Amino acid sequence: MEISIPNLNNLKPPLGGEAGVSAWLRRLRLFITPISLLLALLIWEGLVRIAQLPAFILPSPGRVASRFWQALTDGTLLRHTSTTLLEITLGLLAGTLLATVIGYLIAKSPLFEHLLAPYLVASQAIPIVAIAPLLVIWFGPGIFTKVLICALIVFFPVLVNTVVGLRAVPQELRALMRSLRATPWQNLKYLEIPAALPVFLGGLRVGATLSVIGAVIGELVAADRGLGFLINVGRGQYDTALVFVAVFTLVTLALLLYGVVILLERRMLAWQSEPYKRNGHKILD
Amino acid sequence: MNTSPARRSIEMTHQQLPPPALEVRNLSILFPAEGGTFHALRDLTFSVQPQEFVCILGPSGSGKSTLLRVLAGLLPPSAGEIRYADGKPPRIGYVFQQANLMPWRTAIENITLPLELQGIPRAQARQQAQELIELIGLKGFEEVFPRDLSGGMAQRVAIARALIQDPDLLLLDEPFGSLDALTRERMGSELLHLWQVRRKTVLMVTHSISEALLLSDRVLVLTPRPGRLALDFRVPLPRPRSDEMRYTAAFGKLSRRLKAAIG
Repeated sequence: MEISIPNLNNLKPPLGGEAGVSAWLRRLRLFITPISLLLALLIWEGLVRIAQLPAFILPSPGRVASRFWQALTDGTLLRHTSTTLLEITLGLLAGTLLATVIGYLIAKSPLFEHLLAPYLVASQAIPIVAIAPLLVIWFGPGIFTKVLICALIVFFPVLVNTVVGLRAVPQELRALMRSLRATPWQNLKYLEIPAALPVFLGGLRVGATLSVIGAVIGELVAADRGLGFLINVGRGQYDTALVFVAVFTLVTLALLLYGVVILLERRMLAWQSEPYKRNGHKILD
Repeated sequence: MNTSPARRSIEMTHQQLPPPALEVRNLSILFPAEGGTFHALRDLTFSVQPQEFVCILGPSGSGKSTLLRVLAGLLPPSAGEIRYADGKPPRIGYVFQQANLMPWRTAIENITLPLELQGIPRAQARQQAQELIELIGLKGFEEVFPRDLSGGMAQRVAIARALIQDPDLLLLDEPFGSLDALTRERMGSELLHLWQVRRKTVLMVTHSISEALLLSDRVLVLTPRPGRLALDFRVPLPRPRSDEMRYTAAFGKLSRRLKAAIG
């Protein structure tokens, strides 16, 4: 019987010694985010009071909060948020789907890569803000245009990560699958998808936050609904508090989407982060 | 399992052999290289009997690994012929120099992979894997991911993965090359034990003369590049063998002869 040697990289530092200090640090880490947020609010409030800024330039946190409550209770916020969320979700899905399929083809065929490369690079060289008005002219001010802008902005990072992930599949594992006479479909299911997943999800994480930007850009150009439209309304009426409400809602949306992808990563990539999760096995005992 | 000691003893004593499990004739492998071609293997001819354990020994760069890859169908031969017993390509169990496990699959899931690819239901595959896990002494480590396995344990999982689909031909490409000397010796003994339980036709590439002698019925020695057959050596040690044989005088003499042949 072999003596089992645990992988040292996965072990926590031995107990004792500076345990007391590290416990204190751990508690601090738990509270550091709320503390930093609270501090930012205090500085903001202080700035408004000391400089005596008018509310249409910088509303106080309290004012923004009451505006938020008002927008929430009269249904405005919910209506516009749901529109934007729909655009983001559809755009993210469409962009990811397209990027995954084209990314797979590019990773498989250099010919395909050369065929598409100039357009892909061009699409990245032109800022999306510059072509958004053009898209509105072509496809109208409806939801389709926003979904399209979202999809376009999501497309590239997901595509690049799909290609990189697939190209990084170890050659030796490919040889193994060939020696087992795996079909192309089995290769995809058992080797390529799981092997490319970590890098792919990294791209999705970037794409998820970018899709929020895409939706807002579309709404700022032309819309009658959505959080971008709400920002435009607030600006037009010197209702700066409303602009703040819309911006904070957007930040929250982006954080939520980011969180969803992180959760997805934790679930799908458990083999990377949680060594003994499956059965609570410990090699060291 | 294909355990038939009676047939084996006939094979050992008589020259009347069953049709070979594998026949290689005039095999040459050429790779395109700068300013011409690079000859990895030249005009190689040999055959392997069913349930025979054959080691391929040779200096680095003599095309040993290339040979295994061609036999596994991972590379096409440039010239020559490869024939299998019943005409069709055999089921192959391949063990690589590195364990080559899928990091997202647990130990047992890595072992069941070949069965899943054949469409065997997962529950049944796991049951078969469980037997092998006990045989290779990894009970309790079924649900551990590869990154938490030591080198020796990982390579055992790789061997179990190669064995689970009951392969017609087991190809081992320096399976213990990446292990430390002590673990390597122990793995050699374990493989010997495993083979005596589950007789397979085995072709194993190794750098270790003692490993080759302990395990195999025949040793094929290849020349430096391009690899040609320098010696087809039948190991006269009796079966069943044990670890203790490593330390006998006969073993030492055979080692010296092989060493001389390699040059």
